[in-house]
Amino acid sequence: MNGIISISMVLNVASTGLVLIGLYIVFTQKNLIKMVIGLGLADTGVNVLLVSTGYINGNTAPVFSDTSLKVSQMVDPVPQALVLTSIVIGFGVSALALALIIRLFEKTGTLDTSKIRGLKW
Amino acid sequence: MLYLLSFLVLVMLCVGIAIIFVKDILSAVILSTVVSLVVSIIFLFIAAPDVAITEAAIGAALTAVVFVIAIKRTEMKETADKE
Amino acid sequence: MRKLVSIVLLAGFIFYFATLTGGLMIPSASNERNSVGLDILSRSADETGSANAVTSVVVLYRGFDTLGEVTVLFLAALGISVFMKGTVGQRKKVLDQSFILKTGSRLLFPLMFLFGIYIIAHGHLTPGGGFPGGVIIATGFFVILLTSESVEFSKNLMSVLEGLAGLSFIVLGLVGLFGPDNSFLQNFLPLGDFNTVFSAGIIPIIYAVVGIKVAAELSSVVFAMKESK
Repeated sequence: MNGIISISMVLNVASTGLVLIGLYIVFTQKNLIKMVIGLGLADTGVNVLLVSTGYINGNTAPVFSDTSLKVSQMVDPVPQALVLTSIVIGFGVSALALALIIRLFEKTGTLDTSKIRGLKW
Repeated sequence: MLYLLSFLVLVMLCVGIAIIFVKDILSAVILSTVVSLVVSIIFLFIAAPDVAITEAAIGAALTAVVFVIAIKRTEMKETADKE
Repeated sequence: MRKLVSIVLLAGFIFYFATLTGGLMIPSASNERNSVGLDILSRSADETGSANAVTSVVVLYRGFDTLGEVTVLFLAALGISVFMKGTVGQRKKVLDQSFILKTGSRLLFPLMFLFGIYIIAHGHLTPGGGFPGGVIIATGFFVILLTSESVEFSKNLMSVLEGLAGLSFIVLGLVGLFGPDNSFLQNFLPLGDFNTVFSAGIIPIIYAVVGIKVAAELSSVVFAMKESK
């Protein structure tokens, strides 16, 4: 079993699964707030995929707290730095979408996309 | 460690699928918080502690607060008129 | 009809991701790493003086991306404030919070504040940094805001703090133009001893500024969404 499945394969399955579940929620759910939850899930899945590209089996975090650690025992730090940015921006997108939804609710009085005229699919 | 990681991934995907079938929105928000926490643990297994701290702080604490505020402000008006 | 279209689209995405996953098999015991990561790791302890390599990438090697992220957060907070300006709040009875909740939140707030400042200040030594530290401070503010009613939230102070913090980030970057290297956001302060708090030149200062900005911004965003008018 250990020869066929590796950690990178498990991580790819996890990130692909999260993105697909998030997209399915956006496509089929009628409640607007659930659509925003699905968008956040897809965002999280993409972040897992980005971090998993820097992983090397058996290596440790890129922090030099113990000065005897060699550079060849560490994981790639560049994808982690970019994912830090991506997580914060994903939260900003969710918060802005929810502000729009609050405004839409005060104008139309419902959160169902099949009842709002411009959003019918 | 491979088995622990695949178990965590399985739990996370099951909770993600449960979000589709839940009717109450508050329960869906709590389930998405659970997904964020499991993703933060997975980041620890990938030797990325910076990303794990950030995902736990933002995905679990802030996102839940903002969603609950949005749910509270979009409650149907019939319950307010009955008072 | 909607379910049919969504299932067809989903099948297309599954096929796409299957080919992508098939091609992304990362070699496990690899000697073929990304050369950029290896290069940065071998240089970052000597050039920047910070023990955390991710911090040195975020602040110094990729400082422009951090500036872009701060701008995007600012735009999101601006958009939320604009959208929430014309809304009408619901008229509801103000419920009296329980005594345990009020006292517990007042006990918890100084601890969360201190913890957030600790994570911001040690960003170049241990994992953490400006962004999660600012988020923890903002969470401490929510705990007080959402449970006590007698706490006044001064919006002017928060917006002044946020503006000053953003301005000082850019000013610190511009000062680097007159340093020895003549580049934006370069490390012009002395590097100090490795693995102590006062080391790594400009990195703790920039992270402190970013932490203040993120904390002030997120508190005003949540406050704007909660109240109205």
